[in-house]
Amino acid sequence: MEDQGFWVTVADVVAAVCLLLGAFFSFSAGVGVLRFGNLLARMHAVAKPQVLGLILLLTGVALRLHSWPATTMLALVVIFQLLTSPVAAHMVGRAGIRTGKVSENDLEVDELTNPPR
Amino acid sequence: MDDRTGVAPRRSSWRRRVQRLREQWRTVVVLTVMWLLLWGDLSWGNVVAGAALAVVVVTVLPLPSIGTHATLRPWPLLVLVARFVADLVVASFQVAWQAVWPGPQPRGGVVAVPLRTTSDVFFTTIAELSALVPGSLVIEADRDRATLYLHVLDLAVSGGADAVRERTRKLEERVLRAFAEKDELRRTGLLDGGEAASAGAAAAGEETR
Repeated sequence: MEDQGFWVTVADVVAAVCLLLGAFFSFSAGVGVLRFGNLLARMHAVAKPQVLGLILLLTGVALRLHSWPATTMLALVVIFQLLTSPVAAHMVGRAGIRTGKVSENDLEVDELTNPPR
Repeated sequence: MDDRTGVAPRRSSWRRRVQRLREQWRTVVVLTVMWLLLWGDLSWGNVVAGAALAVVVVTVLPLPSIGTHATLRPWPLLVLVARFVADLVVASFQVAWQAVWPGPQPRGGVVAVPLRTTSDVFFTTIAELSALVPGSLVIEADRDRATLYLHVLDLAVSGGADAVRERTRKLEERVLRAFAEKDELRRTGLLDGGEAASAGAAAAGEETR
């Protein structure tokens, strides 16, 4: 009985750490969108910290809920997030490049328009 | 409808459907598992309903088979996944830190990464994996020349264009070692007799350290 209580506490602590870290990553995504100066840098902020952030948040939720149906649903959310988020970021970035929304001054090197060698 | 002309094409279209089901049974399995995950409850009713729906999806909304010339090697797959998770965590912290910490704006750039594989499946997998790791964004994928164009958030932090190229080609190597058949490995120069194989084993050992 006590043993079980111990493991519940461990799960709760891990869940709390996951939730806090996930919240930090999501927060940093928001700050990045505001702070970064150009379209592509903003896409980085939107698409990326959110991947790990969401995984951590949902892990925390799953650890707190102790319920299999909810956990499998959260796992599906993570899988589809991993599959779709790069595609969304790719489409926005590509559209930005092709419609000239990315200034050359924002790029240190641009091997798409100036191929190497 | 028509007795003579209708039957033959219909039967052949049936045959094609059965053929497709036989080729794409993995899709049916994956869809069924997804259905079970959605319901979150493993019961015979759910399995049967999921499988029936999967068969309907595969036959009514057909997609072409992706030529599955792939195998699965457990240990390289483990290496691939472990390295991916490590990269994901490290790079997430880097990008988050750059966003939150008041400092100069990161200077990014577009890097062309020529890949060795010509297989669509592996090309897509590599693009997808490198896009998931923070700090790099796939902005163009040239299928004919098997070249990925990555936008890097901060070239200085990533160690310059050549380091990015090198890292992506390492990722390609890990993906191919985990999934590619021997033919593909030989074609991409990852399997050239004993010397290269032992060099590869050494590299694999280095990666796991």
